[in-house]
Amino acid sequence: MEYIDLHAHMVSRTTDDYERMALSGCLALTEPAFWAGYDRRSVDVFADYFDRLTDFEPKRAALYGIQHYTWLCLNPKEGEDRELTRQVLDIIPEFLDKPNVLGIGEIGLNRVTRNELATFNDHVDLAVAHDQLIHIHTPHLEDKYKGTKAIVDALVADGRVQPGRVMVDHAEEHTLPMILEGGFWTGITLYPTTKTSPGRAVDMVERYGSERICVASACDWGPSDPLAVPRFILEMRRRGHGEDFIRKIVFENPVAFLGQSPKFQLPQARAASVVG
Amino acid sequence: MATDVSSCPLTQRQLIDEYFIEHRTKVLDIAAFLDRMDRAAARDGEDDFRFIAFRETLRELCSGVPGRIERVQMILSDRTTEPLAELDRKAAYGASIQRVPEQEEVRDGIH
Ligand SMILES: [Zn+2]
Repeated sequence: MEYIDLHAHMVSRTTDDYERMALSGCLALTEPAFWAGYDRRSVDVFADYFDRLTDFEPKRAALYGIQHYTWLCLNPKEGEDRELTRQVLDIIPEFLDKPNVLGIGEIGLNRVTRNELATFNDHVDLAVAHDQLIHIHTPHLEDKYKGTKAIVDALVADGRVQPGRVMVDHAEEHTLPMILEGGFWTGITLYPTTKTSPGRAVDMVERYGSERICVASACDWGPSDPLAVPRFILEMRRRGHGEDFIRKIVFENPVAFLGQSPKFQLPQARAASVVG
Repeated sequence: MATDVSSCPLTQRQLIDEYFIEHRTKVLDIAAFLDRMDRAAARDGEDDFRFIAFRETLRELCSGVPGRIERVQMILSDRTTEPLAELDRKAAYGASIQRVPEQEEVRDGIH
């Protein structure tokens, strides 16, 4: 089945992974800017990173017929450094007009500190000023509930942000309802050990339906799986779900969310059937 | 076929036929982990906040009330609401080291 992986850190993956994703039906993916596993020392490193996300990666993906889109920011794991944040926020607008940039992301929180919240709000300001879609990372493990609640409360209180233009990602059973009730899109992350298994992801779509819910691999430099979305498709079939229901989650929903950016082009192989 | 459903399309019998073996394995792994803790070289983890939370989640598994997954998630969550004054560490532990005075009040807020 053709699908879109809404969250994949391809800078950490090999060209073989692009090929395997293409072979398994991936037509497009979006790559949020994230933490490299270590803190970067200067704004120049971010400039190089954004250059790679907007030039080299889309070319590498195109070799396998995969559309590559991206989101730019200083990620939550480095958000404690307010001075570096200011410098990175200054250079992001230079890249916003690149053809594969869909918005600001993955912004959010890590340990839910005051500085992380300030950095998150600065990025929201930037997104509002430039009318960008927003992609949000919610914290890991024991910090997820507290961080997701802080993010949802901040955005609802803000009032400038249309919830339908925001993806609050890495939702789990205890955070998904508050995200959907806020009117936001949400993502379930199919990531071993620290996030959600395909079985639990299927449980959540059975319980909450398919409106404003997407799934993604979030494959990166850690133990993760670029073929996680096909594994979700397989689990959906194993659980007795029909092809239309599955396709809504892995293809039509990402198209509906991402299509709010005029830069997003519907992957050709499916264009006819979705529009028709 | 309906695009949205609210329950699992498979019957209990079908779920058992399809999934019993893989979940049997998971239960055995947990049982073995608890035995391993008893055989450990030193009994220095009985009051570790992670192990305390782990044992609490096991009690939840025996509950007859749906919503076990949300309750287990909350046992393993930081239920405080105040942001930290500054970053203490980058990584999460998997269970909360924070003490929560009004635990019940916050847990009632879960849907
Ligand atoms: Zn990510």
